[in-house]
Amino acid sequence: MKAYVYVSLKKSVLDPQGKTIQSALKKMGYKGLEDVRQGKYFELTLDGGLPRNDAEAEVTRIASEILTNPVIEEFQVRLEEQP
Amino acid sequence: MKFGVIIFPGSNCDHDAYWTIQQVAKQPVTFLWHESHDLENCDAIIVPGGFAYGDYLRTGAIARFSPVMEAVGKFAVGGGLVLGICNGFQILCESGLLPGALMRNVGLKYVCKPVHVRVENADTPFTNVCREGEVLTIPIGHMEGNYFCDEATLHELRREQRIVFRYATSSGDIAPDANPNGSLDNIAGICNQGRNVLGMMPHPERYSEPELGGTDGFRIFQSLVGVMVER
Repeated sequence: MKAYVYVSLKKSVLDPQGKTIQSALKKMGYKGLEDVRQGKYFELTLDGGLPRNDAEAEVTRIASEILTNPVIEEFQVRLEEQP
Repeated sequence: MKFGVIIFPGSNCDHDAYWTIQQVAKQPVTFLWHESHDLENCDAIIVPGGFAYGDYLRTGAIARFSPVMEAVGKFAVGGGLVLGICNGFQILCESGLLPGALMRNVGLKYVCKPVHVRVENADTPFTNVCREGEVLTIPIGHMEGNYFCDEATLHELRREQRIVFRYATSSGDIAPDANPNGSLDNIAGICNQGRNVLGMMPHPERYSEPELGGTDGFRIFQSLVGVMVER
């Protein structure tokens, strides 16, 4: 099983990197863009030893305790069975 | 009375802090390895600048889980003196010993230059030889020094006078253009409720001898030594 963790800055936190990318895209002529937020992405390969619910709980714990700083960041977790 | 300077893989201001304590302050000092569970009876701990664990994941995020930081946490809760400088400040925030977080500088550039900071609270073990409102010149050198916390925390920091240093002009005005990194409220350094843990982005050890360009940073060490002698 694979777990995907997407980390982004909270909406209330200014994202200077996202803003810089946004203004660069605007200068380059890309249209229809309202906002850009930069984040981080983690791909965790699970060994299959845990049932899906427990695996999801474990990955959520990893994401909240280590992969993010709750002062500034939030995250989403997605699990995917591998063929 | 003894200082301990922590070494993480990637610390690079550890020797500067050690030198300042040993050669300038003339105090006993020892290095503490990040894998150590023991603070060797030190009376004050310096969490130095650098790039602990390569700043992987986030600055300070991995360092906070090192054995030595577990010991520092207990030491701090018991009232022990802890000074986090630059990366050390980031580690103390990640560890939860200080509130808030240090984010990427607003200008997205590494900023390395002497800056002016105003002493907002001279009643701490780290600033007691300073005057409130006094302007010190101390260098910064960082990419992630943009202090952030939520509004409730900022309110608490202000109410409890825990904002110790703020970026200012040479005449002591807290102006936006004196802010090198976008820090909330021009915050350059804060302390915990007990006033025994201080985190600051400027590097006092880099301005502790006239040969280095300035000595204002030494006031922090002088304050600490005075407190330790009294204790």
